[in-house]
Amino acid sequence: MKPPWAATPKSPQHIAIGWGGSSAPVVFLDQIQPVFFAAVTPELLMPLFWLVVVLLALTALGFWFGRRRALASAQGNPRHLHSLPVYYGANVAMSIAIPALLTLMVWLLAQPLLIENRVSGLIPQELIPESTSVGLVMSDVRRLAEGLDEAVLQNVMTQQEARSLDASTSDVRALLGSVGVALGSEVRPEVLEAAQQYRQLSRTGGNAMTLVCLLLAVVGFGLSIRRTHKDFRARNVVERGVLALLILAASLAILTTIGIVLSMLFETVNFFGLHAWTDFFFGSTWAPNFRGDSELSILPLLWGTLYISAIALLVAVPVGLFAAIYLSEYASPAVRSFAKPLLEILAGIPTIVYGLFALLTVGPLLLKLFGQGDNGILGLSWMTGATSVLTAGVVMGIMLIPFVSSLSDDIINAVPQSLRDGSLGLGATPSETIRQVVLPAALPGIVGAILLAASRAIGETMIVVMGAGAIAKFSANPFESMTTITTRVVSQLTGDTDFASPETLVAFALGLSLFVLTLGLNVLALYIVRKYREQYD
Amino acid sequence: MNTMNMLDKNLDTKTTKIAARDVNVYYGDSHAIKDVNVEIDANTVTAFIGPSGCGKSTFLRCINRMNDTIDVCRVTGDILLDGEDIYDKRVDPVQLRARVGMVFQKPNPFPKSIYDNVAYGPRIHGLSRNKAELDEIVEKSLRRAAIWEEVKDRLHAPGTGLSGGQQQRLCIARAIATEPEVLLMDEPCSALDPIATAQVEELIDELRANYSVVIVTHSMQQAARVSQKTAFFHLGNLVEFGPTGQIFTNPDDPRTESYITGRIG
Repeated sequence: MKPPWAATPKSPQHIAIGWGGSSAPVVFLDQIQPVFFAAVTPELLMPLFWLVVVLLALTALGFWFGRRRALASAQGNPRHLHSLPVYYGANVAMSIAIPALLTLMVWLLAQPLLIENRVSGLIPQELIPESTSVGLVMSDVRRLAEGLDEAVLQNVMTQQEARSLDASTSDVRALLGSVGVALGSEVRPEVLEAAQQYRQLSRTGGNAMTLVCLLLAVVGFGLSIRRTHKDFRARNVVERGVLALLILAASLAILTTIGIVLSMLFETVNFFGLHAWTDFFFGSTWAPNFRGDSELSILPLLWGTLYISAIALLVAVPVGLFAAIYLSEYASPAVRSFAKPLLEILAGIPTIVYGLFALLTVGPLLLKLFGQGDNGILGLSWMTGATSVLTAGVVMGIMLIPFVSSLSDDIINAVPQSLRDGSLGLGATPSETIRQVVLPAALPGIVGAILLAASRAIGETMIVVMGAGAIAKFSANPFESMTTITTRVVSQLTGDTDFASPETLVAFALGLSLFVLTLGLNVLALYIVRKYREQYD
Repeated sequence: MNTMNMLDKNLDTKTTKIAARDVNVYYGDSHAIKDVNVEIDANTVTAFIGPSGCGKSTFLRCINRMNDTIDVCRVTGDILLDGEDIYDKRVDPVQLRARVGMVFQKPNPFPKSIYDNVAYGPRIHGLSRNKAELDEIVEKSLRRAAIWEEVKDRLHAPGTGLSGGQQQRLCIARAIATEPEVLLMDEPCSALDPIATAQVEELIDELRANYSVVIVTHSMQQAARVSQKTAFFHLGNLVEFGPTGQIFTNPDDPRTESYITGRIG
């Protein structure tokens, strides 16, 4: 669908205050219904765009005006002002923009929910087919409403016709088909009526939103301009505003985390309602099927996850740590300045590329070394396929090297030079100094780095999918295929699945377990780093 | 001839421990030390005084080749320790530093226990054959650093948990545990309060019996209190070197007099 504003060029002033493609005068107060919340339709985008533009223009104007008024109150001498002139401008701009934009945001989020609630009441129960929900019918309603908007935009019918359209007298489906909106089935009168109601509510809601936002902006403008005087403490007010912004940003991050956890928690509770928790935590088999007798135990997956992560750490920790020691203690500045970025390039490679590397290079190479028959150079025949715990572990270890080395390098560099001097001054060699003074001092930080690397290894998906296979089992043999929690989450949620079955919902339980696991590791890492950090400060 | 011998003998009682000949130090392009010649006697406390940036610490760090750890630093000239050139290619700077210990401006105990801090040097140099001997070295060093009584009951507590003055005495104990011949001290009291300073000064005076001590200080009173010989550095030059009493009461050079009386610096 092409953007609505491309279809109907209009003068900005008109659209700024008007709503939708209406040719009638802008705000019909009599049209504002008792409930003036409405859904956001594509038609709404144009005025929304212009509303924001007008608000921003008002803000800019307010800034200029506030600054001027403050200077005028001080007879043009900035020295007589409490704050710098820009603060007065910023204060007015803030008073205009913040309440209006906040209202706009909340309105846009709340309107669709409220309108949905209201319109879905219009749909009779018998219209909802067996085994579907009201949500499906509502999506028909929304689609129909969009189609009507589109038809009006393309001048196939007038606003009035769209409002009075009757499903029994005209072929709505064919009509909308002619403007490029395909409907799945014939339009029933109730659905058409709901769609018309939907449009009506959206329009009035949109009008009300414009009105309220502009009103708030104008009131903010007026109040803040009235307060602008040379003794007004504009700087303090603006700084409080900035503080509020910072707090908002911090709480958004925290709230998102809480939201993620809660969403997983609810689905997990659903899962445990359908499946025995004892099987999930204490069972021994992972065998999902859709016949209803799945065995869904986390333990084989957890074993695979921990096994692969352990191998990855066995690769990453020594290599990363030694690289960090070389780079921070021995390398000349020239080598360091070029080797460190090179190492960090490894960290920028997408994990899917590592997965390819595992699948195409490392797997076949290991097979050649440890495989059987013609493949096995060593004649060991330990390995039967290229996908194995070892393949995934080694490649994941390579992925973690820059992670360990970069963090450890920073931590080793943070050890005060005075400790090194003290040790060297006692006649220790650089190597003794590193082993006995620098590393012990940096150890808490290094342990923290390793734990962070471990939580990345546990959460890694792509490399495991491509390198380790998909068989869930308990085995200590690193040459066998295994699988991890993350890859099972992917496989349970992708494809044609029924969202209410335990086989699908188990993904959330797995995800939550994974979250708890990595959270625990991160907390442990933080605890260790904090506990021992003061030792050399 | 006899008189000459007598003179030599007389000098022998004050053996020259360290002799510097035409020492120049460059940090990259800047010339930090200019043609310094100095002879430091055994069993003497020698103080280096001078305004900030005059090169006294740089010169001190040349004596145990700590400047080797700075990439851009270049040293020319000879420094002789017991007549051997310490900048000779055959000399291992690591062994040299075991003979010439150093105490730094800021107390820098390792993040280890008090015991392990002191035992660090003896362990890496293999100075003890068994635990009992090591215990003895640790106790002796802590006693000589006048901190034994304060820490004897918590030898396995972390050294970083001590107060600033205790930490600095711990660092001195750590330095003397390796039994160096010369002890270099770079403003050892600058981070200490007057009481701790007094303790450290007393300690320095006692250490003179076994070691040559070279101390860099910004406090002229301290130089006067603890040293027998004083060298005054200014802008990278060694302006004057002589017995402490003479430097402070009757300096030859007008610059020394100006510094001591507080007119430059």
